[in-house]
Amino acid sequence: MAGLQLLSEYGLRVDGRRPNELRQIRCKMGVFSQPDGSAYLEQGNTKVLAAVYGPHEVRLNRSKTHHDRAYINCQFSMAVFSTSERKRRPRGDRKSQEMDMNLNQIFESAIRTELYPRSRIDIYLEVLQADGSNFSACVNAATLALIDAGIPLKDYVCSCTSTLAPSQGGAPPTPMVDVNHVEETLGGPGLSMSTLPRLDSVVHLELSGTRLHLSHIDPVAEKAATGAADIMAVLDKAVRGHVAQCLHAREVSGQGADA
Amino acid sequence: MEVTDVNIRLACDRICLPAVSENEVQKLFTPGEDIPTCAGFMRGHGTYTEGEDLKASVAGVKEQVNKLISIKPLKSRYNGEIGDVVVGRVVEVQQKRWKIDTNARLESVLLLSSVNLPGGELRRRSSEDEKMMRKYLQEGDLISAEVMNVYQDGALSLHTRSLKYGKLSQGVLVKVFPSLIMRRKNHFHSLPNGAAVILGNNGFVWICPASGLEHQEDSGSAGGFIQDLEKEVPKADREVIARLKNCILALANSKMMLYDTSIIYAYEESMKFTVTELLLPDVMVDVANLTQHRLHLDIAE
Repeated sequence: MAGLQLLSEYGLRVDGRRPNELRQIRCKMGVFSQPDGSAYLEQGNTKVLAAVYGPHEVRLNRSKTHHDRAYINCQFSMAVFSTSERKRRPRGDRKSQEMDMNLNQIFESAIRTELYPRSRIDIYLEVLQADGSNFSACVNAATLALIDAGIPLKDYVCSCTSTLAPSQGGAPPTPMVDVNHVEETLGGPGLSMSTLPRLDSVVHLELSGTRLHLSHIDPVAEKAATGAADIMAVLDKAVRGHVAQCLHAREVSGQGADA
Repeated sequence: MEVTDVNIRLACDRICLPAVSENEVQKLFTPGEDIPTCAGFMRGHGTYTEGEDLKASVAGVKEQVNKLISIKPLKSRYNGEIGDVVVGRVVEVQQKRWKIDTNARLESVLLLSSVNLPGGELRRRSSEDEKMMRKYLQEGDLISAEVMNVYQDGALSLHTRSLKYGKLSQGVLVKVFPSLIMRRKNHFHSLPNGAAVILGNNGFVWICPASGLEHQEDSGSAGGFIQDLEKEVPKADREVIARLKNCILALANSKMMLYDTSIIYAYEESMKFTVTELLLPDVMVDVANLTQHRLHLDIAE
C-alpha cells in the first residue's frame, strides 16, 4: 500500500479539500461576560477561545509599563485534552513562551498602543482542540476578541498557514493552504504568515518543519497571503453580523428614553 | 433541610439574540475600512489617518457632527467626561489622595481636597487630615462621586463635594457595560417600589433601600461618610432589591439601554416570575422582550 499522500492524483488532499480551499470557519464574539472582549473560533477541527482584558491599570509590577503606550501581554495555552495524547504542561514551556513572544510582537504592531499610555492589555488564548494551524487560529481568535473589546486596531490581523506538496509525476510541487494536523506531521515545510490584509503588510512570518527551497518561497507565501485575505472576509462578515445584532437591540430600547 | 433544584442546561440550547440582516443598519464600519469623507474633515475617536485616507480602527457606527467624524464601538472601557456620576471602589490610599477603580483604563483619583470633611467645615487640609485619611475611606469602600477633571493621560479626577455623593453603605452593586447606561440629567432615582438606584456612567449600578439614600442626605453635617451598617433591612426590601438586580442583568444581557423608565417597566414585567426564576436565560430574554414591547408602545403613543 502506498504511503499517505499529501495530494492524491485527483488533486485532493487527505481531508478531501482542494489545494486552495480553506477549512470551514465558525466564530462567535462576546461569549463571556467577565472579560472586556472574548471570542470563540473554529477552523475545521481546531477550536480556540480568546479572552481580552483591558486596557486597565497595572497593579503590582509598575516597572512593566511604558509611559507613552500600552503594554501588551499575550499568553498562549493549550488545554491538556487538546492533543491526541494528554499534554503535561499547558503553559510555560519553551514552545509556549516562544509563541507568547511572537503574539506580543504581532499585536504590538497591530493595536494602536499610543492611545493608552501606562495601561496594560492582556490577551489570553486557549486551544481546546489542536488540529493543525494552532498558532494561526489563535491569532484570528485574538483579533476577534480585540474587536469585541473595542480596542482600536490598525486593521484585522489574519493568519494562515501553507505548505508544499512534493512533486508527483513530473508536475511542479503544489502549494496548499491551511494545513491540518495530518499534513503537519507528515513532513514538509509549514509556512505561517500573519498579515494586515487591507494594509497589505506582513506582520509575522514563520517557517517550521523541513526546509524550503528559495525558488518555492514565492508561491507558498503568496498562497498564505491569499488565504489570510479570504479569512479576513469571513471574519469581517461575522463582526458585521454581531455588531448589527447588538445595535438593533440597543436602538429599539434607546428610543423609549427620548419619548 | 430543603434542597433547591439544580438547573443544568446544554450549551447548544443557549438562547441567542435574534439575527438581524446587515442592511438594516447603515454606516457600520470595521477596523481598517476606509471612511468616505469630504475635504476638511476632523478625525475623532475610533479613526486614524493612513496617508491621505481616513480609516476606522474599531467596529461600530459612524457619528458625524459637522466636520468631526468618529466611530463609536459597541463596548469599551469607561471614558470619563466632566460632570458624570460614577460609582467606584477604593483600591489604594496614597499620600494626599485615594485611588478609585471605576472600570476605566486608568484608575481614577480622589484628592483629599475634593472631599467634604466630617464636620462640614471648610478649612485647609492639615497633616492631621492626611493621617486620618484611612478613617474616612479605606481600601474596599464603595463611593459615589462626580468627575471633576480629566487628566491628559485619560485618568479621571473625582470629587464628592455635594451631599448626595459619598460612601455607600448597605446595598447591591451590579456591573454592566458602560455603553448601556444612558446619559441623563439625573442619575439618582428613587423608584416607586421602595428602592433607590444610582446609575453610574461607568457601568456600576448601585441598588439600595430608599431609606439608605435619604439617610445620606439627612446626615448633612457628617459629609456623607457615615456608614450605617447596623441598621437591619427588612426582608420585603431585600426582595425588591434582588428582583431589581435580576431585572437589570436581564436588560444588560439583551444589550438594552438602562435608564429609570426601562428599569421600572422591567420590574413590573418581571412580577409574574419569582425572583429566582429570573436567573434563567430564557426568562431573562422574555422579560427583556416584554420591556422592549412596552417601550415600543410608549413611542407609538
